[in-house]
Amino acid sequence: MEKFKKIIDAIGIPRLIVSCFFLAIVITAYVNGIDVKSYFSSTLKYWGMWGVLVLAMVPTIKCGIGPNFGVSLGIVCGLLGTLLSIEFEVMQRVDAILPGFGAWGAFAFAVIVSIVCAWFVGIGYGKVLNLVKGSEMTVTTYIGYSIIYLMCILWFRAPFSSGEIIWPLGGVGVRNSVAMEGSFGYLLTEALGFEIAGIYIPTGIILFVLACCLVVHFYFKSKTGLAIAAVGSNPTFARASGIDVDKMRVKGVAMSTILGAIGIVVYTQAFGYLQAYTAPLSMGFICVASILIGGATTGKASIIHVIIGTFLYQGLIIFTPPVSNHLLAGTDISDTMRQIIQNGVILYALVKTKGGTE
Amino acid sequence: MNTKKTNALDNLKRIIFENKVIFMFVILCLACIIIADTSVAYIVGEVFTRFGRNTCLVLALIIPCFAGLGMNFGIVVGAIAAQVSVFWIVHWGFTGITGMLLCVLMSTPIAIFFGWLLGLLYNKTKGAEMIAGLVLGFFADGVYRLYTLYIIGGVIPFDDPNLLDRGFGLRNAFDLTGNLKYSIDDISFLTVCIILGAIMIVMGLVNMLHNKKVGTQTNGKKNLTNMVMGAVLVAFGFAGRMIPMVNLLFGGTRLIFTDVALFGGIALVVFAVVKIIVKRKKGETGIGSMIALAIGGIALTAGTGIGPVRDIYQSIKISACTYGIIVLFCMFNNWMTNTRLGQNMRTVGQSRAVATSAGINVDKTRIIATCISTVLAAWGQLVFLQNLGTFNTVQQQTNVGLYAIAAILVGGATVQKASNKHAVIGVILFHTLFVVAPLAATKIVGDSAISEYIRMFISYGVIAVSLAMHAWKTAGGPKDKGKVEPDAKHKAVAMPAGNAKV
Repeated sequence: MEKFKKIIDAIGIPRLIVSCFFLAIVITAYVNGIDVKSYFSSTLKYWGMWGVLVLAMVPTIKCGIGPNFGVSLGIVCGLLGTLLSIEFEVMQRVDAILPGFGAWGAFAFAVIVSIVCAWFVGIGYGKVLNLVKGSEMTVTTYIGYSIIYLMCILWFRAPFSSGEIIWPLGGVGVRNSVAMEGSFGYLLTEALGFEIAGIYIPTGIILFVLACCLVVHFYFKSKTGLAIAAVGSNPTFARASGIDVDKMRVKGVAMSTILGAIGIVVYTQAFGYLQAYTAPLSMGFICVASILIGGATTGKASIIHVIIGTFLYQGLIIFTPPVSNHLLAGTDISDTMRQIIQNGVILYALVKTKGGTE
Repeated sequence: MNTKKTNALDNLKRIIFENKVIFMFVILCLACIIIADTSVAYIVGEVFTRFGRNTCLVLALIIPCFAGLGMNFGIVVGAIAAQVSVFWIVHWGFTGITGMLLCVLMSTPIAIFFGWLLGLLYNKTKGAEMIAGLVLGFFADGVYRLYTLYIIGGVIPFDDPNLLDRGFGLRNAFDLTGNLKYSIDDISFLTVCIILGAIMIVMGLVNMLHNKKVGTQTNGKKNLTNMVMGAVLVAFGFAGRMIPMVNLLFGGTRLIFTDVALFGGIALVVFAVVKIIVKRKKGETGIGSMIALAIGGIALTAGTGIGPVRDIYQSIKISACTYGIIVLFCMFNNWMTNTRLGQNMRTVGQSRAVATSAGINVDKTRIIATCISTVLAAWGQLVFLQNLGTFNTVQQQTNVGLYAIAAILVGGATVQKASNKHAVIGVILFHTLFVVAPLAATKIVGDSAISEYIRMFISYGVIAVSLAMHAWKTAGGPKDKGKVEPDAKHKAVAMPAGNAKV
């Protein structure tokens, strides 16, 4: 019994429940003759789409801030980078010099602009979070929300001139969803992609996500990375050993913001459309829930949690609609399920971490 | 003389600094009103309607704040309790005030149950109540959605073509016209007088009997006065119906503010004068506030005679019962904080460690505070829904917590301190902004779509800034903590001593 309990503790209850649920749904789908393979293909694609965004949770958890509900700050930076890449027609310009590499150039441009932008935003954001030690999660949530609406106002009046971006009839402002086909849309999802046994493997995006994971992994093996992790696990000890706690926290937040920015660029290219306005509003919660499902807690996270969590979460979202539609004709219960599971998992993590204190 | 002047200046500075949030929003509202350039009568009328609709929900936030739970984002579950009961009551075919009372009866136990669960959660997430409440709100939202869209008709057998779309799952919009709409708002002032008077008489009788049983004579005189006043109110209520003139003014479903201002102003002046005379007789000082009250009353009455002001007055229609309920909510909050339980809550809010050592059951006190808040929120949502008349079945509750909390914070409340005053001022300012911001945005940008973003930005921004300010103050490093704690402990220790007197 003790052993059994230990195993369950090691897996973590959310991860256990969600994976059992996921398995049950996949089996139900298979039994009912639903095309499981194509849904697996989409799961892989969505795994790639969300991978980097979920990865953005790791640095803040490691530096002791907890999951970054305010990843929206990084997201708006990434959106800005992508929009600028379209606005300046980077693809066409690069294509003129290096034929065939236009999309890659546009993608690289978007990523670099986003990183620069997110670096500055992240440092400022980190400094704010240093002022509110102890209630970071609450504050980040609302900063994340308000920044999205602030950007909504700005997108509405942003002085873009590219015909791809502005409203078809109006003169200024970003339209609701900007098609990415004229730029780097589907670039990574289609790169080196191949089909095996009826399942499409989007190699490019998988490699990209894994590369990002590796970078983060090795960053946390470096001297700075270890210092950041030390701050997260024991701030007093870290301070005693001469680490500048506040500085390390800022670094962690900046890194998370940058990953969020890269994440949304990857997301946008795989989605095929750039959604500026309120679409990113719930992304923070989805990312937090994903990594928690993967087995992370508000104080502990690793790359493997990102990989597992994103797969389970996205798999669940993709497999539930066809199954529920099959069982209860004409319904789509999946969004409701998603809402319950996502917030239930976050609540569980909150109870777990705070229950022990005081 | 000179020192007095600087003192006054310092005072002014202090007042402005303490109420900086309020001043900021007053300026913002004024700017929007000037830009929007619409009739003031329209704005004022709108704000009064929204005030009646929203204030009860905001007042539900005060008790948990008092108990140190911070802003209760979990009032969403109270709203859900209200909506669940409204649905069943409408389905069973009850209408009007009977239906509304049944809604109250049905929603209260549900809200208590939800509040208990919420309290358990808060006890497990001490120090992170606000984020827990927020996430719980989303979670409850999902469960409620599951209930409305799939369980009703799907699991619970249910057949009502007026409410269901496809055999299961409620319709998107829930129409209350003809059953519950305005069921509270339409109660006339005279009826309110009768009800209120009856309550006062009954309470007086109960108190009297209680006094007789125990054998004490405390508050005997006050009790009698209350009963006499109750009797006068009942008499006025019944007599008013007989007198055509009074019935015309106060017997309708809405009070026109012109009449309220006229009679209310006179009543204020009379009240102030009586108070001043009484105080003079007793030789007490501090009649300044009474003089201010009298001047306010005169101004209010005088307004009815001035053309433009009269126009504004005329556009304000007050539903006596709803406003009465708001006053009752305020009175309840005040009363609650003065009871023994309220004092315990205050101690728990200041320091849980001290409360435990004083023998207070911290967890239980916190759960009770959450339950009260949830029940008040459920009633507040009922007031809201009957005024709105139609609501979005699935999503109406989603933003309840957001708007209520943003409003109270605009009114100058902080995470540790919130009062009725903050709630009232906050609702007025926040909803003025809600009314005028879209108009101003349309004037500037030529498109009102942007106003929705501005609204949401302001709501979330206010919460973000005030939470950050709060966290900043409480974090503040080890040096500050040492300073704050003894003070808090000192205050908290003083509390139980105060308890003994009560």
